[in-house]
Amino acid sequence: MIETTHATGMKVEEKLFQNRYLVDAGRPHIKVLPHDKPSKALLALTHACPAGCYAENERGQVEITADGCMECGTCRIMTAKTGEIEWNYPRGGFGILYKFG
Amino acid sequence: MSDEHFDAIVVGAGPSGNAAAYTMAKEGLKVLQLERGEYPGSKNVQGAILYASALEQIIPDFREDAPLERHVIEQRMWTMDDASHVGMHYRSNDFNEEKPNRYTIIRAQFDKWFSRKVRDAGATLLCETTVTELLRDSSGKVIGVRTDRNAGKVFADVVILAEGVNGLVGQRSGLRSEVAPDTVALAVKEMHFLPREVIESRFNLKGDEGVVIEAMGTITKGMTGTGFLYTNEESISVGIGCIVSDFAENETTPYGLLEAFKNHPSIKPLLAGSECKEYASHLIPEGGYNAIPRLVGDGWIVVGDAGQFVNAVHREGSNLAMTTGRIAGETVVWLNRRRDEMTKANLTEYTRRLEQTFVMKDMKKYRKIPDFLHGNKHVFTLYPKLFTNAAQSWFRVDGVDKRSKEKQIMSSFRKSRSILGLLGDAFKLARAWR
Repeated sequence: MIETTHATGMKVEEKLFQNRYLVDAGRPHIKVLPHDKPSKALLALTHACPAGCYAENERGQVEITADGCMECGTCRIMTAKTGEIEWNYPRGGFGILYKFG
Repeated sequence: MSDEHFDAIVVGAGPSGNAAAYTMAKEGLKVLQLERGEYPGSKNVQGAILYASALEQIIPDFREDAPLERHVIEQRMWTMDDASHVGMHYRSNDFNEEKPNRYTIIRAQFDKWFSRKVRDAGATLLCETTVTELLRDSSGKVIGVRTDRNAGKVFADVVILAEGVNGLVGQRSGLRSEVAPDTVALAVKEMHFLPREVIESRFNLKGDEGVVIEAMGTITKGMTGTGFLYTNEESISVGIGCIVSDFAENETTPYGLLEAFKNHPSIKPLLAGSECKEYASHLIPEGGYNAIPRLVGDGWIVVGDAGQFVNAVHREGSNLAMTTGRIAGETVVWLNRRRDEMTKANLTEYTRRLEQTFVMKDMKKYRKIPDFLHGNKHVFTLYPKLFTNAAQSWFRVDGVDKRSKEKQIMSSFRKSRSILGLLGDAFKLARAWR
């Protein structure tokens, strides 16, 4: 998980820690395609993703760690026009498992 | 999975898929329902409020065993600035009726219950199965689906797509276009647990009575969106959501927004001492009538969130989902009995029937609201501040005479928005509301 601390001083990891997941190890369901410079939309995912899955690396590229993903689809819809990510649902049974929803 | 043939395949086991599958299975159709989660509800998120009337039309005696939390007797609508809120509350003992009108529910439990009813009615449910694409014949008619289970193909006369707002099947098969970022909201939500006596004393409730709070104002930092807080039996659902294109433009994080909302002086005492047990996020279709995609074609029907069936103004969605699912199911049963083909022309009966219900009537009524709200950010920033400042000036007794206070309030509105601006906003809202 990428460490993402924000203005409120709160880490999203602490929230995700409450959740149940069945991670499909080695088969991430979302991939950021190779790029030199992210579009504005892709860069915006570093704050818009509700699970904080996206982060900018030292070369200014956007990376994803999808383990905490809640499969909402925000990133897919935000970058649909630029086509910078590849988005699929996890295989049946894997991913987020809401206890309450 | 074999080459078995079904009367209907339902993709998804949320409220719309369950309504459709139940309606068809109860009438004896051979129904296969496919759900990608480990159990129905494991991928689903809602506030959540259940509207009894939509479910009553499907399962009239649902109150006997459905997992219901509290029936709603009080609605609080809040306009908030950073330190205050002005509210309109409606509480009535009339809502303590034999068959209550609205309930808070917990979706993972409710969906499991609904799914049990679907299977008891005779439908076959396969969980942990993601539908990957639609199968078509040479004429382009949908004849089944491919799944990620080994061998994966199943066939049916008709496929009902109840795959939700972020459904990929219909879209990647070219049945509808990509969801636009300005027609969906991203909502985040937490479940906070408290002893039931604490909830009851904190919200002035007895027994299974419940309160819901809907809030708007500076809590969304200038973005188009709302917050909510619902009382469950032993927990509180608290969340906030904004239009996705606004998140793209702003630096704000969804969880930062939720934290700020939870820490608002009007909300914080309501949650004090609670234990958070889950953090969830989901998209909500909010594009309204103009965002509804094509709903039928040769061999397929779209229901629920996948069809953008949400009334954002009234915070209704699950009832539209259940109603569209039920009517799609009834249409398929009707065609099946007549031995009619599941062609686009015949399935159009579904949209004809929908036009006669509250679903399409309400969607049409509010068709201009999404553009109004998205184009008038004053509604979320300036007006809440004006209202709360006016209330403070009115209620604070400080030796200033009342006429001066009135003048001061009127001039605060004029200065910040001008008479023309105020009239224009009122006119545009009235036109969009009509």
